[in-house]
Amino acid sequence: MSTGIATKPSTPAPPPSPGSNFLSSARKGLGQSGIFIAFFAILALFAVLTKGTILTPQNISNLVVQNSYILILAIGMVIVIIAGHIDLSVGSVVGFTGALAGVFIVQMGLPVWLGVLLVLGIGAVVGAWQGYWVAYFGIPAFIVTLAGMLIFRGGTLLVLGNKQISPFPDSFRNISAGFADGLVGYINVPAFLGGGEADLFTLLLGAASVAVLIWTQTRTRAARVKYHQSVGSRAAFIARMAVAGVAIMYFVLQLSKFKGLPYVLFVLAILVLLYSAVMNRSVFGRHVYAIGGNLHAAELSGIRVKSVTFWVFVNMGVLAALAGIVFAARLNLANPTNGASFELDAIAAAFIGGAAVTGGVGRVIGAIVGGLTVGVLNNGMSILGVDVAYQQVIKGLVLLGAVAFDVYSKRRSGGR
Amino acid sequence: MVDDQILQMRSITKEFPGVKALQDVSLSVRRQEIHAICGENGAGKSTLMKVLSGVYPHGTYSGEIYFDGQPCEFADIRQSEQRGIVIIHQELALSPYLSIAENIFLGNERSRRGMIDWNATNAAAAALLERVGLSENPVTRVMDIGVGKQQLVEIAKALSKDVKLLILDEPTAALNDVDSDHLLGLLRGLKEEGITCIIISHKLNEIKAIADSTTIIRDGKSIETLDMATGVSEDRIIKGMVGRELDNRYPEHTSTIGEELFRIEDWTVHHPQHKERIIVDHANLTIRRGEIVGLAGLMGAGRTELAMSVFGRAYGASITGRLYKSGKQIQARSVREAIDHGLAYATEDRKVYGLNLIEDIKRNISGAALSKLSTRGWVDDGKEFEVANSYRTSMNIKAPTVLSITGKLSGGNQQKVVLSKWMFADPDVLILDEPTRGIDVGAKYEIYLIINKLADEGKGVLVISSELPELLGICDRIYTLSAGHITGEVPRAEASQEILMQYMTRDQRTLTDLPAEAIEDPAHSVQVSETSIDLKKG
Repeated sequence: MSTGIATKPSTPAPPPSPGSNFLSSARKGLGQSGIFIAFFAILALFAVLTKGTILTPQNISNLVVQNSYILILAIGMVIVIIAGHIDLSVGSVVGFTGALAGVFIVQMGLPVWLGVLLVLGIGAVVGAWQGYWVAYFGIPAFIVTLAGMLIFRGGTLLVLGNKQISPFPDSFRNISAGFADGLVGYINVPAFLGGGEADLFTLLLGAASVAVLIWTQTRTRAARVKYHQSVGSRAAFIARMAVAGVAIMYFVLQLSKFKGLPYVLFVLAILVLLYSAVMNRSVFGRHVYAIGGNLHAAELSGIRVKSVTFWVFVNMGVLAALAGIVFAARLNLANPTNGASFELDAIAAAFIGGAAVTGGVGRVIGAIVGGLTVGVLNNGMSILGVDVAYQQVIKGLVLLGAVAFDVYSKRRSGGR
Repeated sequence: MVDDQILQMRSITKEFPGVKALQDVSLSVRRQEIHAICGENGAGKSTLMKVLSGVYPHGTYSGEIYFDGQPCEFADIRQSEQRGIVIIHQELALSPYLSIAENIFLGNERSRRGMIDWNATNAAAAALLERVGLSENPVTRVMDIGVGKQQLVEIAKALSKDVKLLILDEPTAALNDVDSDHLLGLLRGLKEEGITCIIISHKLNEIKAIADSTTIIRDGKSIETLDMATGVSEDRIIKGMVGRELDNRYPEHTSTIGEELFRIEDWTVHHPQHKERIIVDHANLTIRRGEIVGLAGLMGAGRTELAMSVFGRAYGASITGRLYKSGKQIQARSVREAIDHGLAYATEDRKVYGLNLIEDIKRNISGAALSKLSTRGWVDDGKEFEVANSYRTSMNIKAPTVLSITGKLSGGNQQKVVLSKWMFADPDVLILDEPTRGIDVGAKYEIYLIINKLADEGKGVLVISSELPELLGICDRIYTLSAGHITGEVPRAEASQEILMQYMTRDQRTLTDLPAEAIEDPAHSVQVSETSIDLKKG
């Protein structure tokens, strides 16, 4: 969340123009902020139901750490979905790469950095394997990755020989379980903010990210004004910045009161920034949107469709390997069942976050918020002691509702 | 005379949020007539027909509809079909993998106790096919017959529903002249059988040929209804549609023709799936700097296939032949390579091959040349906006901002976006495939002006069109293609619809009538070209 808003792409507020265009812009605006509204609504609901437990420092910290691997997968998944494909294999790849991390680092005793690099490289090879069949051989991704789901789950069993590998060295575990705490000391929190001690480094980093957010947004806005693009009113802009800044600082304050900044949040923030920029501003990202929006038109515009599709899957493979590392580090265990059904959570995150089933639409930050929404649901319902059976039902209904809203709003605006 | 009228629509007003699509529109159709509805794109023709057929249910519009003297309050399209009103949309609603018979009785199956009676289905389908003059086996899959025949299947489907009022939306837009003539003849026959027709068409010559009356709609209002028996001219209809006299449908233009720019030599293309089928056969074609060259041919002659195979082998298999750019041989094995060599191809099917309809105007315009707006892989948003905005102004794209979604634009404006995209890629040779298909008269004129401007800038333009008057109106030189052969090359001064049609049908005759060696001889097609060049010199 914190750094995510900083990369909100350059889609302006709906211009005050008449006719269908106004409608489509309004829909676009609503569709994009809809997930944010839904996220905060659900968070507020659970804050009330759990009498504030969900907003405790420890719980907020847990929320990030517990969902980090799903969020990493969701970033890759939303890009795959924007390109008009799907990847069902990521859960198995998480297991497979986690198992390899165990073999390299625990059994073979390789240095952690080398083991991690090797595993990420193998993730790229896995992605290239699937990307080849999808992009160059022309087999639907659903089939290729369904096969991959079986292949890499089997691969996990083969690598582990049906045994578990543990424990990992501390430096590896810190990827997921470590915190940047006490680097530059602590300060006392004023009583009106709840009192207690807070990690200064985390707070400073939070303040810096708010500053960066406001700086980039102001710059974007200035550029838009310069090119006579329509922008929302100044008051609305300031209000939006203020709300985002306060939300981030509140979030950071809670983290700093617990154990400080989880390393994995740092990794995640960098990934969100990087991929948001890639999808919005890079030629590659534009080409992904173009391919998902209209494959034929993209082909006839000279876009190297096969190559772009291939790299989208390679990227997914690398991110799945990263998720595999983070998950194995968190469990301190390479287990044959690691990552089972993670693909479903990642896909759900992307769709709840506003990606279109038909491709061409979706945002990295949307997938992140979608993933966090599922995380808050899980976390909140666990605190409330909701039966696991009901938890599943409710998550399923939320997914269905999110996509139904998408389809409904498209129909309302007369889109296809 | 009120009882003479099968349909009366009175004061129909239909509003979409923010837009009045129809405003106080009235339409009266006499029993057993062919009634044409004309109007520019976006005038409200299709909306009116959707109101009539229940696509927009009763209550979402105001006004009254009487059919056969009875008021109509359709909640959906099934109810209008039960009363005998059947609409055939421009985009045919057939399932390609099902047989003709299955399509005809789709949703209306001939069954006994829940099981389909295939004998009854196929027999009834055969009878209907005979009625529409289509000699195909009812069990043939729809995907295996041409679009002209598919249109007939749609009509057979309508007949199976016991249609009284048949509405056809642009029925001949995708048909060649032979199929169009057949279709129009069929409509006349149906009229004799007592079926009333409403036909929406852009092709004024067709309307003149078959309509008994014509209602003109402009800007969501019904302007007038003309009795065609009194000898209404095409220009008279155009005047009603655009609200002004249109003296000249093609802008005056004198091309400044320079040296040879692009040459296609000995170009042969095979069908991508059926490799033994030759789609383009040893074609030769030259485009010079500043020249607008036409490519005429009947449906299935291979025009689009020729263009797309040249454009980075976007179509076809086992392609042989040579391409020359300014005298130097070039390779265009991928679309990217073709674009890099300065080629551009604007497709005939904007929605399927040309545009990303869910994206905005800006990103569509930059789509083919994003590298021009980026440094080290990162796109300059502001520059992109500026570029798009300048095209919106110079091309007169009617949209409030370049952030408007292209899917919401009218056909003419979509086409301008496609052209902007290729102009921004700054090619030397532009291939425009049916650049004015489905575009209203006013926008067509603008497109012609753009084509002229491109030629004036020293580019070579190849225009593929099914409308011969259009080719005659804007091209300096016209090639004809027939069954994959270039069968003629005619300079504008000597071209006429009759001559072009002769060439366009030539090869089909030679294939059956001439001895085998004439077909084998690849020089055959060249020969014709040379004679016409001689004609031009002389």
